[in-house]
Amino acid sequence: MGRQTVNKSQLAKHCSVGVALLLLVGCAREANQPLDLLEADSVARTRLLTSEQYTNSISQIFGEDIGNSLLTPMPPMQRVGGLLSSGAAFAGVTSDQISQIQQSAASVAEKVVDEFHRDYLIPCRPQRSTASDPSCAEQFLKDTGRLVYRRPLTDIQLAELVAIADYATQQTGDFYEGLALSLEAMLISPAFIFVVDRAEPHPDKPGIQRLDSYSLASRLSFFLWNGPPDDALLLAAQTHALQSPQGLAKAVDRLLASSRIEAGMRAFFDDMLGFDNFNSLAKDPAVYPMITATTLENAREQTLRTIVDHLLVQQADYRDLFTTRKTFMSPSLAVAYGTPSAKGWVAHEFPEDSPRIGLLTHLSFLAANSHSVRSSPTLRGQALREEFLCQVVPSPPPNVDFSSLEEDEHALTARDRLAAHNSNPSCAGCHLITDPIGLALENFDGAGLFREAENGVELDISGELDGVTYQSIEGLAVALRNHPKLSACLVGRLYAYSTGGPLSLKDDQATLAWLEDRFVANQYRLPATLKALTLSSAFSTVRSASSDEDTDSLNRGDWRMDDAPARISEEQLSLSTLQRFGSLESQL
Amino acid sequence: MRTFNRRRFLRGTLNGGMVSVGLPLLNLFLSDNGSAMANGLPIPQRFGTWSWGLGMSESIFVPKNTGANFDLPEEIAALAPVQEHINLYTNFHVFRDDAPNLCHHSGWVVLRSGTAPYTSENRPGETIDVSIARQIGNATRFKSLSATATGDVRDSFSYEGGNSVNQPEWSPLRFYNRLFGDDFQHPNAKTFAPDPSVLVRKSALSAVREDARKLEKSLGAEDRQRLDQYFTGLRDLENRFDLQLTKPDPREACVVAAAPSDLPAGLDADLVSKRHRMLTDLMLMAVACDQTRVFNMFYASAFSATTRPGYDKPHHTATHEEAVDDALGYQPNTSWYTRRAMEEWAYYVGALANCKEGDGTLLDNALIYANTDQSFAKVHGIDGIPMFSAGSAGGRVKTGLHIDGGGSPGCRLGYTAQKLMGVELESWGTKSNTTSSDIGEILI
Repeated sequence: MGRQTVNKSQLAKHCSVGVALLLLVGCAREANQPLDLLEADSVARTRLLTSEQYTNSISQIFGEDIGNSLLTPMPPMQRVGGLLSSGAAFAGVTSDQISQIQQSAASVAEKVVDEFHRDYLIPCRPQRSTASDPSCAEQFLKDTGRLVYRRPLTDIQLAELVAIADYATQQTGDFYEGLALSLEAMLISPAFIFVVDRAEPHPDKPGIQRLDSYSLASRLSFFLWNGPPDDALLLAAQTHALQSPQGLAKAVDRLLASSRIEAGMRAFFDDMLGFDNFNSLAKDPAVYPMITATTLENAREQTLRTIVDHLLVQQADYRDLFTTRKTFMSPSLAVAYGTPSAKGWVAHEFPEDSPRIGLLTHLSFLAANSHSVRSSPTLRGQALREEFLCQVVPSPPPNVDFSSLEEDEHALTARDRLAAHNSNPSCAGCHLITDPIGLALENFDGAGLFREAENGVELDISGELDGVTYQSIEGLAVALRNHPKLSACLVGRLYAYSTGGPLSLKDDQATLAWLEDRFVANQYRLPATLKALTLSSAFSTVRSASSDEDTDSLNRGDWRMDDAPARISEEQLSLSTLQRFGSLESQL
Repeated sequence: MRTFNRRRFLRGTLNGGMVSVGLPLLNLFLSDNGSAMANGLPIPQRFGTWSWGLGMSESIFVPKNTGANFDLPEEIAALAPVQEHINLYTNFHVFRDDAPNLCHHSGWVVLRSGTAPYTSENRPGETIDVSIARQIGNATRFKSLSATATGDVRDSFSYEGGNSVNQPEWSPLRFYNRLFGDDFQHPNAKTFAPDPSVLVRKSALSAVREDARKLEKSLGAEDRQRLDQYFTGLRDLENRFDLQLTKPDPREACVVAAAPSDLPAGLDADLVSKRHRMLTDLMLMAVACDQTRVFNMFYASAFSATTRPGYDKPHHTATHEEAVDDALGYQPNTSWYTRRAMEEWAYYVGALANCKEGDGTLLDNALIYANTDQSFAKVHGIDGIPMFSAGSAGGRVKTGLHIDGGGSPGCRLGYTAQKLMGVELESWGTKSNTTSSDIGEILI
């Protein structure tokens, strides 16, 4: 296929930067010009390790028993552009967190050198365990430091760490304690807790910067494994193999073939689906006695297992996640779903006549997007739009007249209760965007359990999603499966996640259009898309964050204000209100 | 304020090696009344915060009388046992100027940081507890501590900056282990042996700093700011190591109880109350043992999802969807939630007041600042947002008062609190929230 160069600024002129990503992507596709990805790039960032990445790093370097014994010291990230991982590009560490990081480092180091672990984690034995042994210390610190810092230590760094170990041994009279104190310093270092994209001039493209080999290795492994590069990947970086197309493809193939890809993609979807909510989610036991903490924990796990099996094992069409009846079942979940129970996790397929179809009917989606005592069509509709279509439903206006929302003793169903929102123009704009989606899921109560009726009234689950009407849950599932923005949303999230920060509405649109094309061309298969993304120029060529912000005021607002890139436009709000009322009220 | 400039040097031997370690200024901000513990040591000042969600029902929350011996309307009747220890501030305003009224956000952000946010995602800049901790938090193992009764690590009103939150402790067991685990040095222990590892740790920080300096060269301006924050953290860590090399002063009120068991996740009011009391008890134990002098307790979030048994609306939903009862003049279920919050505020104050220290109590030597996010949550009101304080800050603050702010900035209380805790400020807040007027009625 011949390549044509698309000038990004030209493309931007076609698209109002004030409009949503979904429109931008559509605009880029309208241009219908293949993209020369040699010009694509992404922002070089400095990211704080997330809690999971911290634990994975410790587990990968020192073993899962040590990693799993830790209380992670890293702070919760703020969700930016729909992803917690993007918040890591802006998060700082407070004094309190540094203190916790030190305590965690001490705990790790103590375990690494204890009598059980030293035999296989320390590659040499000191001449005397009560005296320093610089040679042995250097061997350990050099090997371990390369894994911890995700690049070889400089000679000065290594000398300093060896000196710390020697001094500590003298002070404590114990070689291993000395080694532990040196390792502890390593685990506090910003070289460990921050993942820094370091750039170097591209040898073949004057004026262009690319990630250096070790930064590229880290970007690959944190994206695909949610963990640091292993020895082989660091070796590929050391030999600069990653900087050649063949070498990079070989490394990507290995990462994709590794069992760690499952952990990587679980982390991505856990983030994209907002599953951090499960960390504090609970249902009122008086209302939902069969929903326990185990049920909710299993609900999260069920969806992640389903996604991994569908996308990675079966390598099936992403869109079919929303219509598949195949899933996995645990004993605790079987009670909630009303299905026969078996020991442990087993594959399960809901029958054709079951209302359970696709991710929207999983307990995870239904329970997480409800109140603790009742369902919420609004929360469910909002979650569908934000998580799967990358749209942002605006917050309610502060001056809304709430009198129409007050309890109506005659309202027996959610549809009746929400009718009040839809009779008030200041509410309707948003509620008409969310509620028709959520009302189609009202056959599932606040915990996700099936019900035929609410308060004795049979439920009307008809609705509409962006022009597609339906009369059943299956209708909603199919409407979402076929929604034109579904794939654009996924590739947008993947791209942001892979490059460690939120999208730039100005600079990334062409890349996103190209990536969506690759997704479509690959029949919506994830592994092939992951490969296309990681091999693209945008993945390994970088621009500085400062120039990006300086030249893109809208983008700056988007980042700083934590808006997701695809805000529902005023036009859409107006349209939904017009459809309902035939005219627009001034409040809109 | 009496200045007390004390610098001590540790001189000792560690494995035969002589060490000399400069220690930070200790107990710089002491009570004016010269109160002291039985052992003669001066009593340090403490600053605490407390927060609840979704405001009040004005007609049954705001007392009719101001000044001392104010009446306790039914929504705050639970405060009777601690009335003598608290001040209630009403008719103080939060100003948003050209910023929007962000639901359940503008109110608390202004009161804690002095500045109105422009979006719901804008986090505050430095919050008052952090400013105060910089002043009085350097002589303890923890510069500050935060805990939340919601069980959600994301719930915090303590920020060092817009990008860095002090995450709260949410699990009683985890909190206990952090406070009283291996690093804890009991202040009343008869013997003290400095850990030689600590000296090495302090020494090793120079190598860590060197790593950071190298990294700094490759970063852009904003990331360099993040690294500056990291350097500050290292300095505080170094300070902590110095403290670990010093025998802690005895603390007669320090009694370490047994480790608590953990609680399940959930937000029903009884469970939240239980979690709140467990965390409060642990927090006060940490204060009594002088592990921290700045502490934040978070009872409920601004979008409080606390539930009431047998009622199908969580607190936030109830504030909007429950009608004002014509006969009562308020929303009964919403008020039920606020009353539960006031019961917990009373517990918190009472726990401090019951902890003996020197001739008085912990509360006598503390100032607690309490706020919420709205005044009338049903309409997202931020005018007349209620606040409390508790404690007499070492005899410098009158208590038992109801203060009518007359529509003046709510930031006056934060300004007053910071001044009392020694933060040097000409004024505090931005735009209409700017104030250089302390709440003189409470000052002795």
